[in-house]
Amino acid sequence: MLKTTPFHERTGALCASQAWRRWAGYIVASSYELSHEREYHCIRAAAALFDVSPLYKYLVRGRDAARLLDRVVTRDVLRAQVGQVLYTPWCDAAGKVMDDGTVARLDETLFRMTCAEPGLRWLEANRLGLEAEIEDVSESIAALSLQGPLSLSILKSLGEIPPLKYFRIARTSLRGIPVEISRTGYTGDLGFEIWLPSRDAIPLWDFIMEAGKNYGLQAAGMLALDVARIEAGLMLIDVDYVPAKKALIESQTSSPYELDLAWAVNLEKAQFVGKQALAAEHARGPQWQFVGIEIGWAGLERLYAEVGLATRLPQTAWRMSVPIYAGGEQAGYATSGGWSPLLKKYIALAHLRSQWAQPGTELDIEITVEHRRKRAAARVVKKPFFDPERKKG
Amino acid sequence: MTSHDIVIVGGGHNGLVCAAYLARAGKRVLVLERRERVGGAAMSEEVFPGFRFSVFSYVVSLLRPEIIRELELPRHGLHILPLESTLTPLPGGDYLAQWNDHDQNRRELARHSPRDAEAYDEFGVELHQMARLIKPILGIAPPDPASLRPRELLDLARLARMFRSIDKKKFNTLWRLLTLSSADYLDSWFESEALKATKAASGIIGTMLGPRSPGTAYVLLHHYMGELDGVFRAWGFAKGGNGSVSAAIASAARALGAEIRTSAPVERIWVESGRAKGVVLEGGEEIRAESVVSGADPRRTFLGLVGEKNLPGDFAESIKRFKFRGSSAKVNLALGELPSFTCMPGRGPHLRGAVSISPSVAYLEQAYDDAKYGQISRRPYMDIVIPSMLDPAMAPPGKHVMSIFVQYAPYRVNGGWTDARREALGDAVIDTLAEYAPNIKSAVLHRQVVTPADIERVVGLTEGNIFQGELSLQQMFFLRPAPAWSRYRTPIEGLWQCGSGTHPGGGVMGASGRNAALALLGERL
Repeated sequence: MLKTTPFHERTGALCASQAWRRWAGYIVASSYELSHEREYHCIRAAAALFDVSPLYKYLVRGRDAARLLDRVVTRDVLRAQVGQVLYTPWCDAAGKVMDDGTVARLDETLFRMTCAEPGLRWLEANRLGLEAEIEDVSESIAALSLQGPLSLSILKSLGEIPPLKYFRIARTSLRGIPVEISRTGYTGDLGFEIWLPSRDAIPLWDFIMEAGKNYGLQAAGMLALDVARIEAGLMLIDVDYVPAKKALIESQTSSPYELDLAWAVNLEKAQFVGKQALAAEHARGPQWQFVGIEIGWAGLERLYAEVGLATRLPQTAWRMSVPIYAGGEQAGYATSGGWSPLLKKYIALAHLRSQWAQPGTELDIEITVEHRRKRAAARVVKKPFFDPERKKG
Repeated sequence: MTSHDIVIVGGGHNGLVCAAYLARAGKRVLVLERRERVGGAAMSEEVFPGFRFSVFSYVVSLLRPEIIRELELPRHGLHILPLESTLTPLPGGDYLAQWNDHDQNRRELARHSPRDAEAYDEFGVELHQMARLIKPILGIAPPDPASLRPRELLDLARLARMFRSIDKKKFNTLWRLLTLSSADYLDSWFESEALKATKAASGIIGTMLGPRSPGTAYVLLHHYMGELDGVFRAWGFAKGGNGSVSAAIASAARALGAEIRTSAPVERIWVESGRAKGVVLEGGEEIRAESVVSGADPRRTFLGLVGEKNLPGDFAESIKRFKFRGSSAKVNLALGELPSFTCMPGRGPHLRGAVSISPSVAYLEQAYDDAKYGQISRRPYMDIVIPSMLDPAMAPPGKHVMSIFVQYAPYRVNGGWTDARREALGDAVIDTLAEYAPNIKSAVLHRQVVTPADIERVVGLTEGNIFQGELSLQQMFFLRPAPAWSRYRTPIEGLWQCGSGTHPGGGVMGASGRNAALALLGERL
């Protein structure tokens, strides 16, 4: 049976499109309006509100909480300050990514971890005599993501918002509802995630929507989010990579290095799961890289003109494996892509063998034009595609 | 005295586009703008504290996608927000809405006429095909059919090939579009008055013609060519107003090495023995350049900056005859609350699109009738958008800005434009709007009325024509602005034109600026 989130009473009433999607056993809106287009533009020009409650959430507390998490994830949790949030992958012993998420240090001895996949068993398996308790708060904690250039103005009209740097979290209250607010999100824009007890979900939703009226706030669904996260160059589990536990063959797995997450692997740490394998891979260099691809307009236009059509662009972001070629050879494959309405570019995220992964490399991507497979020129570019100053500034 | 490869007169969007392309090719370019800011008629201004307006031009659609790509305008801050719908409120409390969603749109059209609802898709396909036919012409320097120059002959042959490949049915349609009035053209498709009128309105924008005047069907098509993300007939609003379009182009031009000077009014283009040598600024500063490109309209450029004595007689004659006849005005409102339309009360998605005051073709034609005899339309055609609904940063929280394009407000109004007539126009607009949205009068906090005379005075567009010359067939293509001089060159050697007074014309397209730059660089267009 699919579950509904603590906000469903409101999101359900708003969902004019009746387009729903599954996420971790819950249903969430794909788009609220008939098209996701405006929801997308609100992320970039005003503000958008997402229900992200389906995330798996765990509280880890106790004297050794930091040590437990430090052992599991690839980043340095021991040195994380109170109020800091770490984005991090975590790996199996072979150094292959099992999941990615965030670890927020709420206190010296209290952390909240968010995951895309259930993580309780893995955390417990790694506890091994450490003094740390793990509590699954996936259902008791609801979460909203308020993203966009005007998101801060909306929050400020609801309560005292302490100055928050990028990837920092603080406790406060919004119209009397105790919440934690982190300056995080999945859009690559200025934005915040709000964590609160599920029982307060409905009143908080109402407060935010009411305050947002003056700032063009729009409830937004997963279709709009998908476009934004691709522009931000952010990968998605099960779409852009197969988590190690689900991989059926070894070639389906990816290391953090192969996912462009070298910056998130701290090999200086004393010990963590997968360290040995990762150190070895670091020394020899990854075979694959996860890069941004830009599909050239001129080539695309030519392919469509050949059959007498104006250029057609994908209306939503796509999620499938599309071959990429370097001359006669297959250089790799794209896993998600779409038209960026903001950048006016056709962009994609792709896995390429390292020799073809340098920015500027000219490649071809497969594209189907009027039922025929063609190749369009594409170029490797730096991620993120879109990186506004306001995101961190 | 300073020296540059190329001096561009006027920092409107076309001058800036031209500068960017020339700088990209390695030329030392200097743009001279009379006003303290760039953008010309594509500019945003905080007219009232906290309220920002696209004072003149106010939507984006025709801006050529290749310019957005080649100059990487999004990287320089351009963000185009789609306008999704058009609401035509009707007297008596009904309305006609055109929505982005296909089913929603069809159902609404069928409410007025099931026939129209079915014809609508076919109509869309026909205009899409026509736009596709015409689109390549936008990017070329139009060859003169009377020319014997090898290059123009080649271009003519290329055009002939292009037209020969068009099948007969499409060619007939194209011919009809080039010659018919928009009312006649639409009569062949639809029966619902509100739909015909709202569509016909695109055919009169910026011209001193009515929906029943022959040739307006082409103007309708011209507006249909607007293209966003590969979709024709898509209109958008630039975040921050149309000034952001100019700002993005200026930023791109600077990044490519162009120099832009504001508050630098050019007094005259310096011509010696039939050759442009540079420009002279007001105050006497002389700037020498190999080439001079003028973004000003043809009349200002030739009769003003160059001077009749430097021109061949027949050329001067045709420039004098080039028609401007500005016919449109803008009313910009700062609103304390949103308008509530009788036909669709309260807040709703319709306020995020355009509102068109065009209840019937007769209404538009009557508005034109007033103007024909030098009157302001008593009940004008209006195209209304509320930019703050899409970009809340345009107004203080909870408040709004409204942009009203008004037609007709003839440049040659009887008795001439005075403060009293300007306010009378403002009153006519508000009174007409109040018939459909009664709360508008109390919602208005501030009002700015921009007449064609104001457009001419502030931006420098002759007779306030928003296209730098009417988009009528006798002054299009190889006749824009004058026979034999449509390829951005002029009878003065070293003097070029890049304004929308040249092919393919206006509408914040930037095509003239790009084409002129490429022509000057000797590139085959």
